[in-house]
Amino acid sequence: MSASEMGLPDKGGPRQPLVIARDLTCHFPVRAGAFGPKKVVRAVDGVSFSIAKGETLGVVGESGCGKSTTARLLIGLTPATGGKIIYDAQELGEELSLRDLRRGVQMVFQDSFASLNPRLTIEESIAFGPKVNGVDAAEARRIARDLLERIGLDPARFAGRYPHELSGGQRQRVNIGRALAMRPRLVILDEAVSALDKSVEAQVLNLLTDLRRDFDLTYMFISHDLNVVRYISDRLMVMYLGEVVEVGPAEALYERQAHPYTAALFSAMPSMDPYARTQVPPLAGDPPNPIDPPSGCRFHTRCPFAEDLCASKKPRAVTLGEGHQVACHMRDPASGHGKAAA
Amino acid sequence: MTDTTQTAVLPAEAPAAPARGYWGGVWARLRRDPVTLVCGAVLGLLVLSALFAPYIGLHDPYQGSMVSRLKPIGTEGHILGTDELGRDMLARLIYGGRLTLFLGITPVVAAFVIGTTLGLIAGYVGGWANTVIMRTVDVFFAFPSVLLAIAISGALGAGIVNSLVSLTIVFIPPITRVAESVTASVRQLDYVDAARASGAGDFTIVRVHVLGNVMGPIFVYATSLTSVCMIIAAGLSFLGLGVKPPEPEWGLMLNTLRTAIYINPWVAALPGMMIFVTSLCLNLMSDGLRSAMNVRQ
Amino acid sequence: MSALVDIRDLTVRFGGGGRSVHAVNGVSLSVEKGEVLALLGESGSGKSVTLKSILQLLPPKRTKIGGSIRFDGRDVLALKGRALSDFRGGEVSMIFQDPALALDPVYTVGAQIAETVMRHESITREAAMSRALEMLQKVRIPSPERRLKNYPHEMSGGMRQRAMIALALSCNPKLLLADEPTTALDATVQMQVLLLLRNLQREMGMSVIFVTHDIGVAVEIADRVAVMYAGTIVETGTIAEIMKDPRHPYTRGLLAANLHGAVKGARLDAIPGAPPTLEEPPSFCPFAPRCPQARPECRAALPPVVEPGPGRRVACVLEAAPA
Repeated sequence: MSASEMGLPDKGGPRQPLVIARDLTCHFPVRAGAFGPKKVVRAVDGVSFSIAKGETLGVVGESGCGKSTTARLLIGLTPATGGKIIYDAQELGEELSLRDLRRGVQMVFQDSFASLNPRLTIEESIAFGPKVNGVDAAEARRIARDLLERIGLDPARFAGRYPHELSGGQRQRVNIGRALAMRPRLVILDEAVSALDKSVEAQVLNLLTDLRRDFDLTYMFISHDLNVVRYISDRLMVMYLGEVVEVGPAEALYERQAHPYTAALFSAMPSMDPYARTQVPPLAGDPPNPIDPPSGCRFHTRCPFAEDLCASKKPRAVTLGEGHQVACHMRDPASGHGKAAA
Repeated sequence: MTDTTQTAVLPAEAPAAPARGYWGGVWARLRRDPVTLVCGAVLGLLVLSALFAPYIGLHDPYQGSMVSRLKPIGTEGHILGTDELGRDMLARLIYGGRLTLFLGITPVVAAFVIGTTLGLIAGYVGGWANTVIMRTVDVFFAFPSVLLAIAISGALGAGIVNSLVSLTIVFIPPITRVAESVTASVRQLDYVDAARASGAGDFTIVRVHVLGNVMGPIFVYATSLTSVCMIIAAGLSFLGLGVKPPEPEWGLMLNTLRTAIYINPWVAALPGMMIFVTSLCLNLMSDGLRSAMNVRQ
Repeated sequence: MSALVDIRDLTVRFGGGGRSVHAVNGVSLSVEKGEVLALLGESGSGKSVTLKSILQLLPPKRTKIGGSIRFDGRDVLALKGRALSDFRGGEVSMIFQDPALALDPVYTVGAQIAETVMRHESITREAAMSRALEMLQKVRIPSPERRLKNYPHEMSGGMRQRAMIALALSCNPKLLLADEPTTALDATVQMQVLLLLRNLQREMGMSVIFVTHDIGVAVEIADRVAVMYAGTIVETGTIAEIMKDPRHPYTRGLLAANLHGAVKGARLDAIPGAPPTLEEPPSFCPFAPRCPQARPECRAALPPVVEPGPGRRVACVLEAAPA
């Protein structure tokens, strides 16, 4: 197989979303102690979304919201306990094998050091993917050197180096290069710039923007930093305790948040104005544990507008505008919530 | 991409160490550690002298002499004296090193191969494979290693092969346990996930990404077991469960010379000294290796 | 008003194993009573090391400290034994990024606070326990009577951070050292803890040195900011001055890299390169290799420290002789 055959050819045409996730769930059992009762962690619970070709979907939410698990489901690192993944009009497990899916989807992790095998040179790390997919060694080496050039590391100086001889920013570039060596169309960036210093983060963001253009990539960008997500994303998906609470165009969401959790997340951003500091904390308490999540609307325990209804009935997703959906009783005229817009 | 290519040119970006590879770095750190180097040299000398024992002009280690029994250290012709049957101690100690080192190293090597394989399977596959392997290992762990070795040797009968077998069995459980825990921790690192995400099969992942990173710690641990193994092997011979007379072996020599302890204590202590020095060197060297192989520092 | 903390020309060098790192290279700063100073910088800038040297928390065998630190007129670096342990936790206390490491897992939160109080004040166990309860109320932990008997692992991340703050403030310290206490927290919890710290600082009138890499956090909490780079302070000023009129090119780069208000899709003005490794102490401006406005004289000598206004300091050639 040559390098050009590695990626998957387009099947569904430009209007077909690159990835559709339908009702994805990931539950896993845990035991409290050796003989404790079995409990179920609902890490991801009925998540549906799609990512159009060439767009960047930003995913935000606090710890335990399931954003990383969703990413791992999409690339098959964690098996889903339910739901469907449709990649370019082919359903995973039906028309598409896991092995093929992984030729189309790649991932960059947060910890740049743990993501690289300390015993391989960075050239070997990048060449590994093509090699296991049947590209011959010399060709894989050429791909790796070419990619090193593209990610801003001179192959003549860096190809033979080991991960511990690089800075954090350089290592994360290598991780991006390693993902691109598989010629993917979707790259999942799971907090990929979060551990970097701000000045280095900006360099890597510029690199990601360049690569998206040059390689015609689609990104799923997971981060807790709303400034970064706003800068890079076309659409935004907000998750809370394993569920999607709101999804919509990034700019629109920054202007007006329909879900009280999204609003809280945005008002938790530092003000950046010393004369207008934040005065009231946006929410009380910590996010609850995804083991035994609250009933009904999972946000009702922290929501300032919660009513009895919210504890008993799960809100359905309501479409507000072009591609803007929210799961909140207050936005559903038929829900019966006191604040629901009739 | 102007700013990114600039990055590579800046002096600030150049890492402190030049590229010299993993083992290059290990060697550079080892070179600065005199204790490990001395221990390595002593062990090297012991191994070489044992290997080339027939060619370095020693007395026949089996040839005794009734007239020159239990000569003290420094006797002419017998620098380290003679034993209770008048055999040259220097020759017997060096020839004894052959058997003792063989008995100390072979079971650990065998246990290293078997234990690493079992530990890799248990740690990488997890689930029921882990349960079966690790619970079996736990059963063996319930016995002290010396007792276990004596029991197995006793059941199999005396002899070199049987003590090799029993020592191997004794050392499989601890190596398996270390291998399992190291593998399990490497397995959950992101680079293993990344390799899975690139479509690599389990065998390839273990070969390229897991093996290289777990071998170091297991190897270091096994080195430290070698001294224990040597001592137990010597102990088995001492008890008459291992090597049989007249073969020279440090443990057995210690046993046969113990009657001479009031007549010529220094000569009687020599095999014990050899065991002590060798195992000390092995332990110190494995400590040195451990810190030299630590990449992160 | 005299300064509570006065650090003069502090240098910290870590040695051992043939390699040495010059982590702090001539830091001078002062903190007034009741003032919140933010030490802002990226990893390796020496901000945490500066903070830890105030409490002598650096490993003594491998560390060489130069310069002076005076607290309330006393020489802090000379404190030893009993005087040092009275100083730690009594007059100055510290909170950390990871409360799971700072709290002892085998004692209840109440017992830990009471123990600290009893070590510094001669009061009975009952009085100490009631102080612990009072502290938990002060940091607004819900149902504090019950939480007093909790072990750290029984609490959520935000709750543990509050418990650690309660522990740190239990002896009414004059100075609180905060080492990125909100970095590991979720966004909504981070803001809760920041507001709590701000209120407690105002209530108790203590001084705070707050180490952070996040300008946004500094804006929310600090009166003054000292921006650190490569173990030196490049710029000092009130938070408003730094935000409205950053003078040092590094400060400007850092503000731009925050992406607050960055236009989507537009190229970011990234500072190229990475910070120096500091195996040698800087002999010229440490930022010069990355500075877009560097001149030949920047690489010739350390930059002069200019005071463009009262309390304002900038270590840059450009400030001394504007182009």
